[in-house]
Amino acid sequence: MLYEAIRLALQAILRNAFRSFLTVLGIVIGVAAVIAMVTVGQGSTDQVEADVSTLGTNLLMIRPGQPSRGPGSGVGGSTASLTMKDVDAIEQQIASVAVAAPSNSRSMTAIFGNVNYTTTVTGTDNRYLTARDWALGSGRSFYESEQRTGSSACILGDTVRQKLFGNGSPLGASIRLKQISCRVIGTLEVKGASSFGTDQDDIVLIPIKAFQRRISGNQDVSMIFASIRTGISTEKGKADIEGLMRERRRIGPFEEDDFNVFDMKQISSMLTGITSVLTGLLSAVAAVSLLVGGIGIMNIMLVSVTERTREIGIRLAVGATESQVLLQFLVEAIVLSLIGGLIGIVLGLALGLLGSRLLSIPFAPDATIVLAAFLFSALVGILFGYFPARRAARMDPIEALRHQ
Amino acid sequence: MNTVTASASRPLIQLQGITKIYGAGDAEVRALRGIDMDVNAGEFVAIMGPSGSGKSTAMNILGFLDKPTAGHYFFGGAAVDHLSRDQLALLRRSFLGFVFQGYNLLARTSALDNVELPLIYQGMAGTKRRQLAREALAKVGLAGREDHYPSQLSGGQQQRVAIARAIVTNPDVILADEPTGNLDTARSHEIMDLLTGLNRNDGITILMVTHEPDMAEYADRMVHFLDGRIESDNKNKKVAGDAV
Repeated sequence: MLYEAIRLALQAILRNAFRSFLTVLGIVIGVAAVIAMVTVGQGSTDQVEADVSTLGTNLLMIRPGQPSRGPGSGVGGSTASLTMKDVDAIEQQIASVAVAAPSNSRSMTAIFGNVNYTTTVTGTDNRYLTARDWALGSGRSFYESEQRTGSSACILGDTVRQKLFGNGSPLGASIRLKQISCRVIGTLEVKGASSFGTDQDDIVLIPIKAFQRRISGNQDVSMIFASIRTGISTEKGKADIEGLMRERRRIGPFEEDDFNVFDMKQISSMLTGITSVLTGLLSAVAAVSLLVGGIGIMNIMLVSVTERTREIGIRLAVGATESQVLLQFLVEAIVLSLIGGLIGIVLGLALGLLGSRLLSIPFAPDATIVLAAFLFSALVGILFGYFPARRAARMDPIEALRHQ
Repeated sequence: MNTVTASASRPLIQLQGITKIYGAGDAEVRALRGIDMDVNAGEFVAIMGPSGSGKSTAMNILGFLDKPTAGHYFFGGAAVDHLSRDQLALLRRSFLGFVFQGYNLLARTSALDNVELPLIYQGMAGTKRRQLAREALAKVGLAGREDHYPSQLSGGQQQRVAIARAIVTNPDVILADEPTGNLDTARSHEIMDLLTGLNRNDGITILMVTHEPDMAEYADRMVHFLDGRIESDNKNKKVAGDAV
């Protein structure tokens, strides 16, 4: 009987193929929207998590300036900058810190032969590689002597290597950064884009002494990376660093910090939070669309029941029970909305794939949400198909047979 | 399956004081004003009468499509006047076949599928269903037309499909409401011959509403309705004479 009902439902739906298509459009759009949103949302969450793990989940960044500013905000001009002494103090005096590295950055043009490429030059030392858990792709890191004297050796990020050297080996070559010439001693492993969308491989590392002497012209350190020992929470590390820095910078008990400690985990959870709020909002919009789609199905089923009054009369006359007629029309509504659901799932996954490609995030289809969308469209069919089906089932066979 | 015919001692159909009233108050219409009628298994009864005489109402009650306001209806000895809608549907599918003036076939549905319809609601399996439907179509002379749609068939052929649908369940009674009303004379006599054959050879009881005396002549009993009452109820001497 159920098989017969499904067969009849498909027949009835195909007989009015175009009308059926228009009817299920609401469901298609609703389901597609949910699937696409969740897929893209999940993809960006995955991306943020992956970024955080490339940055190091245990990484803290210390910058001078007023607190409660994002990592992109400028450094307060009047506040005292950081120094190499701060770096050493953080690393040596705080037990929870495994390694601390200085970092001064500036956007500069790197030149090799006739190729110009504008990149970020970062003055630091070998601890930077440890703190950021960044391995060398080729060559070597700085010698102790190079770090101490500030000789012009440089390590290239993968993007810079590609731009300047293509497939050739850069090791031993000399590139020019502004007026300084520096010898390439190594290259970095590929790290990819960060959660802020910046290309982390677009970087040239030089010893911080060289940066201070030849580029910035002072002894300042603009940012310190500190990696926290495994097993210790970043919250604990952050508190330790803040305590030490307040002491070193002589900040009174009621004064505000004049420096910032950023926790990558906080930033990433904030980003993930934004993503999930957006996903939630858009899913709510999609749910409204499903509701509207369901009402569309109910409307067309009511039309269909009225159109087929005589058919219903014939079926009742030859001995169909109320429940058999109910089942037939209910199944028709369910099949209709499931077709809409299936088209929506395919469309949603396609949109999700497209969106993931455009945003260059991983394509993360979620089997649970696909299944949920499928079941939800069946539910819409049952809910909105029941009333028209009941109307059909309760018809008076005599009246129905008389209907023209 | 015909448990009903087993109790042969009683008439197959007994109507006792059947009354049907539509509406209420001033709008009240007394369609039937106390009908008493017995029909034995194997009879062929023609029901005649002018419009509004109550013959259609009587047919609806006889066909389990409507319930009487008062009175008793015994089918095969069992009271059926207060059964539920679904119970009446089960009776229809088991014991009755309907033939209508306007054929009432499902459009855009093949002859075979139309004939199969009552068997679907009996829950019969597909292969058995198709076999019985083919046999029924062959019996009404439509072998080879199984895949034709109603729109591809003539009026007479459509009525044959309807008769095949009525007999496919091997019913006790066929209720025919003006079965020749839409057909020309030649086609009408073919249909009547078919119905007479089913009555004589298969023992199917037939109740037929008609306003054409020619067609009523095929029956072996004629019941005339007038103003909601039975005006006359006579054996058809001509047919009875033939049968002797």
